[in-house]
Amino acid sequence: MTTAAVTAGERTAKAKPATMAQALGRALRDSMAEDPTVHVLGEDVGTLGGVFRITDGLAKEFGDERCTDTPLAEAGILGAAVGMAMYGLRPVVEMQFDAFAYPAFEQLISHVAKMRNRTGGAMPLPITVRVPYGGGIGGVEHHSDSSEAYYMATPGLHVVTPATVEDAYGLLRASIASDDPVVFLEPKRLYWSKADWSPEHPTAVEPIGRAVVRRPGRSATLITYGPSLPVCMEAAQAAVEEGWDLEVVDLRSLVPFDDETVAASVRRTGRAVVVHESTGFGGPGGEIAARITEQCFHHLEAPVLRVAGFDIPYPPPMQERHHLPGVDRVLDAVARLQWEADN
Amino acid sequence: MTVQELPGAAAYRPTPPPAWKPLTDPAPLLPDPEPYRVLGTDAVADADPELLLRLYAELVRGRRYNAQATALTKQGRLAVYPSSTGQEACEIAAALVLEERDWLFPSYRDTLAAVARGLDPVEALTLLRGDRHTGYDPRTHRIAPLCTPLATQLPHAVGLAHAARLKGDDVVALAMVGDGGTSEGDFHEALNFAAVWKAPVVFLVQNNGFAISVPLAKQTAAPSLAHKAVGYGMPGRLVDGNDAAAVHQVLSEAVARARSGGGPTLVEAVTYRMDAHTNADDATRYRGDSEVEAWRDHDPVQLMERELTGRGLLDDEGVEEARAAAERMAAALRERMNADPELDPMDLFTHVYAEQTAQLREQAARLRQELAAENDQHGTEDGGTAR
Repeated sequence: MTTAAVTAGERTAKAKPATMAQALGRALRDSMAEDPTVHVLGEDVGTLGGVFRITDGLAKEFGDERCTDTPLAEAGILGAAVGMAMYGLRPVVEMQFDAFAYPAFEQLISHVAKMRNRTGGAMPLPITVRVPYGGGIGGVEHHSDSSEAYYMATPGLHVVTPATVEDAYGLLRASIASDDPVVFLEPKRLYWSKADWSPEHPTAVEPIGRAVVRRPGRSATLITYGPSLPVCMEAAQAAVEEGWDLEVVDLRSLVPFDDETVAASVRRTGRAVVVHESTGFGGPGGEIAARITEQCFHHLEAPVLRVAGFDIPYPPPMQERHHLPGVDRVLDAVARLQWEADN
Repeated sequence: MTVQELPGAAAYRPTPPPAWKPLTDPAPLLPDPEPYRVLGTDAVADADPELLLRLYAELVRGRRYNAQATALTKQGRLAVYPSSTGQEACEIAAALVLEERDWLFPSYRDTLAAVARGLDPVEALTLLRGDRHTGYDPRTHRIAPLCTPLATQLPHAVGLAHAARLKGDDVVALAMVGDGGTSEGDFHEALNFAAVWKAPVVFLVQNNGFAISVPLAKQTAAPSLAHKAVGYGMPGRLVDGNDAAAVHQVLSEAVARARSGGGPTLVEAVTYRMDAHTNADDATRYRGDSEVEAWRDHDPVQLMERELTGRGLLDDEGVEEARAAAERMAAALRERMNADPELDPMDLFTHVYAEQTAQLREQAARLRQELAAENDQHGTEDGGTAR
């Protein structure tokens, strides 16, 4: 098990409330300052600083050749990034919104993910593709998709998603430094979540691929990531009243998948619920549940359950609260884990 | 212009100036109405005889290479070969106009361009043989992997050229695409990016008449593919793709323009694919013999040979010499391709990520076990036979 959570005692006096958006911006800035080959490109990333202001100030500090406003064309942006990486640069691409990334899928799948493999290791592509994803911000259609299953199904890509301010910084630094392409999924409804943080205080830049136990518990494990982590933490708090002591695992990285941390937790608790807001059918939860079943079958007291978004196109914003898994739906699944009693 | 004001209507106001200013005058960007020719025209007087002889030797070798590779598909040595017979002038010129530091971005039909640039013919064929996706290090040869999806390599060429310019290197990228590929979104996005960024890129469209079976008239309504350049703000050039001297000259000018900071050029080379799309295709279903015959009379190798012999630069002995050299190349290729490539199944897991994931390590271990079991079995069988 890996615990990367920084304890309160380690916090320096300098730490003050910072948002996830600020931590992401700082990670980009620090990466660019340290490594002159890091280039940011995308639609609106320069003068405007990105529609979510993640790239705010980068063009001013590093010039518009390092932080470039491109024509509005996702395949062109990512395709150009491929060529830039072929020539030794380390491009960081912004896709603005989850569903806007779809025109770039061919570049991502046929080239970004495969170039290392196609060239027998001769030409790795260190590209970071930042994709703000998920719902809960009242966006109209095509602004709230959870596309992680598509990316997970593509060998050659790392798929990473932070849920905390610290991880937003640490994981983005690690992604940009990675010699492999990383799809960096930013839970946009957590952009304005805050923590006492400053880049100076000990933020662990973890290698990609390690899950973390956010809350230790004994009666069941909630396995989650990105936007659903706060939901699970709240559910775990509420479950205490019901006599449930829930462990919460934050995956942080979907590819590579940390089987070890997940299996160790489920072996301890004997029960597991996977929670995410992307669709259940064909979604990440199915894969995770299958892996747990294969590795922990004899430790399981109940079937592995999934709490996911419904299997529907992402609903209009006035209906999204019915679609997004909330605390009650998680607690309901936890109640269903009393499998033995029901049988 | 007088404007009649309606009584009671708001006073007429002219359209405000647009928020953008056009950067270019369209007229110089327009291609010539007819494909540019050198061979058989007055322009040939300015051509360097040394260059023409070199182009000729390469054309003869290229023709033989295409024939040999096609023969290798019939012998089962290649899984597939998309022949560029009839298009050798484009392939050779594309390879020869580039300096060593420049980059070539070939499509799946452009093996010959890669070989003419100096790539080992066997390394160039691994994709089509089926043992490796890319049998060479692209950085060593500055040749991107042969690209199977259509036009997706064009934005790569733009990105690479852009990166080179940012680093202060005077590197040019030349990207090759077919007529069908010009319909793809990536073609549009690449040209648009290149023009906006003034990237040192040359786009070479080999218009060979067909996208597998679909003729150009069903592919585009544009006056020519070269005309598409104007919409992006770059010059479009139309050239006879079977005239190696003309293709070489037009591409040289485009490369020089790119290298000196003038930005990208779109070159349409009008040519013809003499063979089917690949050995798996039946071209008689979509085109008639008379059309093919007309193009046979306009063969790139013959055009050059006629020019050179007519001018006394080449005699029978020279022709024989070029053919003998091509034959030696073909024999060597045949011999090397007749050996089975050595494959290590464990390579399947080696180059997916910089570091294997736990999941891949597990799967690799499983395959290793399966292979060991296979070997044991074969060992027993062989042992049995030996006894």
